[in-house]
Amino acid sequence: MKKNTSQSYSAIQLFWLTALRVLIGWHFLYEGLVKLVNPNWSSVGYLVDSRGFMQQFFEWLAARPGTLQVVDFANIWGLILIGAGLLLGFLTKPALWAATVMLGFYYLSHPPFVGLNYNLPTEGSYLIVNKVLIELVAVVVLMVFPASRRIGLDRLIHKSK
Amino acid sequence: MDENKNNNKITRRDIIKGLATVPVAGAFAWSWFSKRGHENVLKKALQEEIQLSGNNPVLDREVPDDKRIRLGIIGTGGRGRSILKGAGFLQPEIIDTYLEGAAKNNTDTRYREFQEQDDLNVVVNGVCDIYDINAKRGISACANIKKEGSDSQQTEGPKRYKTYKELLAANDIDAVIIATPDHWHGTMTIEAARSGKHVYCEKPMTWTVPETYEVVKAVRDNGIVFQLGHQLRQTEAYFRAKEAISKNILGKVSLVEVTTNRNDPTGAWVYPIDKEAGRHNIDWEQFIGPAPAHPFSLERFFRWRCWWDYSTGLSGDLFTHEYDAMNQILDLGIPYSAMSSGGIYFYKDGRTVPDVLQQSFEFPDKDLTLLYSASLSSNLNRGRRIMGHDAYMEVGGNLKIFVDSGSTKYRSKIDNGLIDPSLPLYSFTPGMKQVDAITSATEQYFAGRGLMYTYRGGKRVDTTHLHLKDWLDCIRGGGEPSCNVERGFEEAITAHMGTISYLENRKVYWDQEKQLIV
Repeated sequence: MKKNTSQSYSAIQLFWLTALRVLIGWHFLYEGLVKLVNPNWSSVGYLVDSRGFMQQFFEWLAARPGTLQVVDFANIWGLILIGAGLLLGFLTKPALWAATVMLGFYYLSHPPFVGLNYNLPTEGSYLIVNKVLIELVAVVVLMVFPASRRIGLDRLIHKSK
Repeated sequence: MDENKNNNKITRRDIIKGLATVPVAGAFAWSWFSKRGHENVLKKALQEEIQLSGNNPVLDREVPDDKRIRLGIIGTGGRGRSILKGAGFLQPEIIDTYLEGAAKNNTDTRYREFQEQDDLNVVVNGVCDIYDINAKRGISACANIKKEGSDSQQTEGPKRYKTYKELLAANDIDAVIIATPDHWHGTMTIEAARSGKHVYCEKPMTWTVPETYEVVKAVRDNGIVFQLGHQLRQTEAYFRAKEAISKNILGKVSLVEVTTNRNDPTGAWVYPIDKEAGRHNIDWEQFIGPAPAHPFSLERFFRWRCWWDYSTGLSGDLFTHEYDAMNQILDLGIPYSAMSSGGIYFYKDGRTVPDVLQQSFEFPDKDLTLLYSASLSSNLNRGRRIMGHDAYMEVGGNLKIFVDSGSTKYRSKIDNGLIDPSLPLYSFTPGMKQVDAITSATEQYFAGRGLMYTYRGGKRVDTTHLHLKDWLDCIRGGGEPSCNVERGFEEAITAHMGTISYLENRKVYWDQEKQLIV
């Protein structure tokens, strides 16, 4: 397969790819920081509200204080680090991979499938596709169209190697 | 493109493009701090109004528990066995089901919670139940001192007494738990006090008005420690509610609404009848005791709450929970008057006590009315509401305080947008430190639904266990338990006033001077 390099993007393509990355980074960073500064935040409510074929796994995570602490910590710092990375274009490739995994978990814990009802209120109406899935696909698009070596700190890292 | 991949020298262009999104990070930081600043202003405005610690004195109390207290229990039916569980005694078969549950489902923490319950350093030396099967169940629980399932080794267990009088005469018993039907509470408490035994008695304190005075006298004269079984007194939300009242957060309170909302046979006291039960294993004469004579009836034995002959009806059985909660939070005391109405509207099963009941109690010295409304045929949860001029409060396992849109005290803050009456000014959910109007919508939602677990120091705690601890602490170290005989007197008299009003279809009054219901 021919490897697509970022060399061939037009200025406008580059602008919108970067904008998409920065906005997703902003979203992750804010979600992480909000959880960090709230002493009461815990993923327990979200986990126990899980439905679908992975419900048992998420409830298992919530049921024991040890795993719950790990989940909370990984959530907070995962979101912050991924967010900062995408915002600045720093270590973008691993950040995008990590974002895909996290969004995958969010989607699978609350899949909007037919017949599944949640206590957690949603801000829209969804059938199979929800905003988490769309954000996940957007992250994959960024992986397939890498641009951080053109705009972002990765350019400097790459250059100095 | 002028960029040369092989040229490793970082140019000015590289730096500009490499740092191109840094200004966005700056914009993020600026937005973050301005939002936080705004929230802090709101939070400060709320915190000026409200700071509740919710400390439960029972939890904080340090009493040396080196002295083992020897208990006896009279009545080991459903409620009696729940109290035994709070004291650390559970039948091995029940533990088996907990273990099975935990093996199937990780979220089933009943076994772990029971194991983590503090040791109260008590032993049960005597069990009395007039129904052989319940006596056996009680003994089996008390014998299980290892707190394990049926494959572990059991001790011999406590002695079974056929009559409560024999149990009260035993020398190896310091204190008794009374969990019998209502018609025996007063009589047994009086005799236990006269035998010098400390008493933990289930609510309501008495079945008749005259014995209410005698219970108080017997407890005082014999200097025993008496605790009435309103275990909800240990609910953390109630301590916070009481603090909120003492800090005048609600303003002048003139109406309090409490309710009972049930809609299933068990809730309406139509309990299952054991197949093994019969004339041969129930001491019917002892069951009747002070009640009117009646031929043997399994229905009356198992569903005694349905008949005035043994029960105190909705007023004594369920209103007392509500009254005691409000007496704890608002220091109500005995009302000036009571008015009741209701009827047997749903359960036409031969019962004599009503299944729908409305009661209103007036407290003119406190300028407030306490309204109670009960239905045994609707689950619509109407909650408990304390309504003040400036704010109202909903109390259950959780606590929520909302500012009233017509408040005088909070007027300027409402007008300045610092307080939004549609969001809780304060909300407490056990296990969470604090939730208020600033907390995210998702968390508020979870808190409101009680979906967060009740943790105290990292573990769930049974209120009955704490209520027993309160009683045992006072036996060991002196002092008065939270629901002592004075609170019990107020509870019983108030409930009796409500019942008399219903039965005699008139308004009844409390003569404070003569200490009489008139």
